[in-house]
Amino acid sequence: MTHQTTPGTLAPAGTVDHRPRRSGLIRILRRLARHRSGRIGGAAVLVIILMAAFGSLLVPYAPLKIDMAHRLLPPGASHWFGTDELGRDLLSRVIFGARYLLLVGVYSTAIAFGGGVLLGLLAVAGGGWTDMLVMRLVDIMLAFPYVLLLLAIIAALGPSLTTAMVAVGIAGIPGYARLVRGEALSVREREYVDAMRVLGAGTLRITLGTILPSILPALVIYTSYVMPLAVLSASALSFLGLGAQPPLPEWGAMLVSSRSFLATAWWVVAAPGMAIFLSILGLNLFGNALRDVLDPKHS
Amino acid sequence: MTALSSPMHSSASPAAPIAPVIEVRGLRTHFTGETGIIRAVDGVDLHVRAGECLGLVGESGCGKTITALSLVRLVSPPGRIAAGEILYDGRDLVKASEADLLALRGDRISMIFQQPKASLNPVIQIGWQVAELFCHHRGMARRAAWLEAVELLKAVGLPAAERKALAYPHELSGGQAQRVMIAMALALKPRLLIADEPTTALDVTVQAQILHLLRGLCRDFGTALILVTHDLGVVAETADRVAVMYAGQIVETADVVPLFAQPAHPYTRGLLHSMPVQGRRRDRLDAIPGSVPPPGLTMAGCRFAPRCSFAFERCHAEPPPLVGLPDGRQARCWLAIPEPTRSRSHSDDVARPGQPD
Repeated sequence: MTHQTTPGTLAPAGTVDHRPRRSGLIRILRRLARHRSGRIGGAAVLVIILMAAFGSLLVPYAPLKIDMAHRLLPPGASHWFGTDELGRDLLSRVIFGARYLLLVGVYSTAIAFGGGVLLGLLAVAGGGWTDMLVMRLVDIMLAFPYVLLLLAIIAALGPSLTTAMVAVGIAGIPGYARLVRGEALSVREREYVDAMRVLGAGTLRITLGTILPSILPALVIYTSYVMPLAVLSASALSFLGLGAQPPLPEWGAMLVSSRSFLATAWWVVAAPGMAIFLSILGLNLFGNALRDVLDPKHS
Repeated sequence: MTALSSPMHSSASPAAPIAPVIEVRGLRTHFTGETGIIRAVDGVDLHVRAGECLGLVGESGCGKTITALSLVRLVSPPGRIAAGEILYDGRDLVKASEADLLALRGDRISMIFQQPKASLNPVIQIGWQVAELFCHHRGMARRAAWLEAVELLKAVGLPAAERKALAYPHELSGGQAQRVMIAMALALKPRLLIADEPTTALDVTVQAQILHLLRGLCRDFGTALILVTHDLGVVAETADRVAVMYAGQIVETADVVPLFAQPAHPYTRGLLHSMPVQGRRRDRLDAIPGSVPPPGLTMAGCRFAPRCSFAFERCHAEPPPLVGLPDGRQARCWLAIPEPTRSRSHSDDVARPGQPD
């Protein structure tokens, strides 16, 4: 060969760091387990998932079973959380409610995430007029008061749990779109993206293959903020009678039907109320831990 | 120093036996700003042949990088190619579709940049970044592409290539990163490689190695090399032919030896004189007085005239054309025109009278 070269560095074989690289997910989980609020939040999330997955095996009573003979019983040995105005077991209903929380959290966040990423990347990849149009649309959505936007969507689709999920999801799109656009623009200006372009990568490949993966950590962190908020919003909608409808044991809906008994039977409100409070707290703690673990600037 | 490899290089006329890989005619790249149109590249003609190295030289802001980016059609708005032809394989790249360009870039025409470490994706192992090219342009399977990539990394002299292929860019030195970039740019044996200041960010000791590698590989592959640089030392060492740019125009082209021995344009002469000579002590370097005219400025005469110590009336009044000289040289200077013909208008095949102002 004529292009005889001398190696730049004469590293003896074996000095190169060649430890097998642990996959990213396992590394993140390990770091979460070492993080204090990561442990607490993680435990809360795990409990919610377990309740949602195995609720029907865990519950002592059928959550919809009316038993007028045992209505408004205080917490005790037979009904740990007490019973409500129709004699339904509150513990069973709270456990069952976890699946609605998870459902709402996952679906509405997925809608917001998917829509926002799509719009944000479209704006960046399209540039010029496309960018202008998409971002003005986003601005218009952001200009609506949050609750008004939710109410408008629900008014159009009719109140139900599904509608509440969709509405909360749509209302979350503009936030994601802005984040994605901002992050993607900063990645696009990096030199290695220019280098990729010179080596024949098109806009689609750069956008999906390079930009999207590199903004993913930021999206995960943002999601950890958005998901508890989405759950809370959906519960609030149910409480207003615009989401889950009774007798569905959704926690927000449980609060509405029993709020008139607050003065005489506090546990009727305390059970779903505490469930909402603790699960949101858990989600937030988990989100904070996730941000600490994923964001290198945040030690 | 690299010897001139082919006797063909002495002739620069388009009728030479080896057809150029790429031929640029009258390239104008303009930027539209708030203050008006800025003519960053203003009527550039150049060509390179297979295996040849053309040094594109000039000081900062003379338009050499924009020329390079224009060749791959990657000038981003508000810049645009306003006029000219970029002939590759009988096609005009200025008119080529985006799909055609995507197929050409990285495969037939490639480019490397000044900052090798910034030009690599920080979160992908370098071996995969090289292998990607084989997968994308050649449709190779990942395993085969990986093996090919490791072979290539060996060929560019990356030490312990099998292991280093698993490294991330931050684990490499600048020189190693530039070797990886060279591997990527030459992976598919392109017909043209544009190297934009490939050694500027590197240690002097590594520079020579990288240039040697680049030149050797290009010659092996028959790849035409356009070396964009401000460093005359780099040009002397690497290029076969040189094009000197000033204020968006080429002011002189010549083979490297005659150019250094006998510069025809006062600007080239000034550049050569302002280089420190090793082993010779001088109190001060001969700097060229004045500075480059701002790119938005329109001038009636020669753009170099205000800084030129040889300028006479005509230089300030009328822009000189690029004049063909013996041995395939060209210079954009009234003084370069032989005395008898100096008076009449020159209609050289590549001469383009100054742009209408």
